[in-house]
Amino acid sequence: MLINHPLLGPRDAQEFVYKGDASLLQRPDPMAEDALEKFTDYAYLRDNPAGEHRELWYHEQGDRSWLVVTRNTLTHEILDVQLASEVAR
Amino acid sequence: MDYSVLRVIKEALNNHKGWGPAWRTPTPKPHYDIVIVGGGGHGLATAFYLASRYGMRNIAVLEKGWLGGGNVGRNTTIVRSNYMLPGNEPFYELSMKLWEGLEHELNYNAMVSQRGVLNLCHSDAQRDAFRKRGNAMLLQGADAELLDTEGVRKLYPYLNFEDARFPILGGLLQRRGGTVRHDAVAWGYARAADQLGVDIIQNCEVLGFRIEHGQVSGLETSRGFIGANKVGTAVAGSSGRLLSKAGIRLPIESHVLQAFVSEGLKPVIPGVITFGAGHFYLSQSDKGGLVFGGDIDGYNTYAQRGNMPVVEDVCEGAMGLMPMLGRARMLRSWGGIMDMSMDGSPFIDRTNIKGLFFNGGWCYGGFKATPASGLCFAHLLATDTSHEVATQMRLDRFARGAMIDEKGQGAQPNLH
Repeated sequence: MLINHPLLGPRDAQEFVYKGDASLLQRPDPMAEDALEKFTDYAYLRDNPAGEHRELWYHEQGDRSWLVVTRNTLTHEILDVQLASEVAR
Repeated sequence: MDYSVLRVIKEALNNHKGWGPAWRTPTPKPHYDIVIVGGGGHGLATAFYLASRYGMRNIAVLEKGWLGGGNVGRNTTIVRSNYMLPGNEPFYELSMKLWEGLEHELNYNAMVSQRGVLNLCHSDAQRDAFRKRGNAMLLQGADAELLDTEGVRKLYPYLNFEDARFPILGGLLQRRGGTVRHDAVAWGYARAADQLGVDIIQNCEVLGFRIEHGQVSGLETSRGFIGANKVGTAVAGSSGRLLSKAGIRLPIESHVLQAFVSEGLKPVIPGVITFGAGHFYLSQSDKGGLVFGGDIDGYNTYAQRGNMPVVEDVCEGAMGLMPMLGRARMLRSWGGIMDMSMDGSPFIDRTNIKGLFFNGGWCYGGFKATPASGLCFAHLLATDTSHEVATQMRLDRFARGAMIDEKGQGAQPNLH
């Protein structure tokens, strides 16, 4: 797979480390009443969809940026790539 | 109809006209006591043990495609019980014992071959870890033998012993481990379950669950509604996709694992070998092809094919361990979808919906677990209690901090 890095252009997926569902960018509120339950779900449960999936890729062998990649899990087609820092903003 | 030598002779004289199909093709009844979703090894084994050991009769197995077309026909056929943790090892040892008696129990030749599984070690620390694991196996009634370099050399003289980076210092050998012909496992369980009255319904996809007041009452399928008192799902690889139809999120990601087979060669590798420095394992099928595999690709996918980097990595592992393999040509490669759980261990548990039971999260260890998984899932479905060797395989173990993490990797599926 080639990931079209927003700054570096197309890079081999081998340079990246896969870090899972991009919803991990939204941490639950640690001060909330049900924080324990929310963090358990956050850490362990996944939607795991068949089809479009927004996911984190870390460019470990490159510029160390985190990307949010939208990829189809049925075809491996990459539909969109953004810097995680911009998504989280 | 029993299979026997006498029968083979009789059919030979009859031009093999009398064999007939090994199982029926029934039309689904409107209602069953228990419906198993997934006609793979685990689902068929569950149905068989429900009928044979728990005396249940009104059972159906629903399969989206055809029997043996999923992961039961895609794995590398290895069976072993070389686990360490108390939540795992008794379960896998029960599975090993069931493999040993499987062919008589099913009256089916599954080609169970206890040719030995050898895990190689390449450092002092790894040897210490293997000694610990071997002792844990012995404590649970399994067999384990720690070999030194010479012991390994006697079995496999052609390995790359003198590698500067990863010298072979020995290995942990389980002689009772080996291989089983995977298609025959599906067919054998299907035939035996069918003879006990289980309806095996192929080409029947589950489209949704009918849930009323928190209780499952049946399944919407591509062949209409099928009512059920209890539903058990055994669809590892597609668990996330299926259970989302019941509104359940799981501690699972679906990943692809690739496997490979070489051209047919003369007998050269008598057992199963795993390389301890990379992730590479190898055996030789009775047809002569070398069957091997390595790591998962490491990203969420439901496509039953992987990418080139893992192919390269596996071939590097092969060359590092056994340079002579460079002379063989790879014939085929394929992929299967794994339920990668957060701690690398499986689930056999009820869900928060009454009457809906879940079997999944097998990572890439599902095949060896087939008989015990079937038996334990049957136990849970029939008695509403966990089988004594599967008490820790619960969905809530993460919330309780009771993970079964063989490698101590933490909650990231692509590390297991």
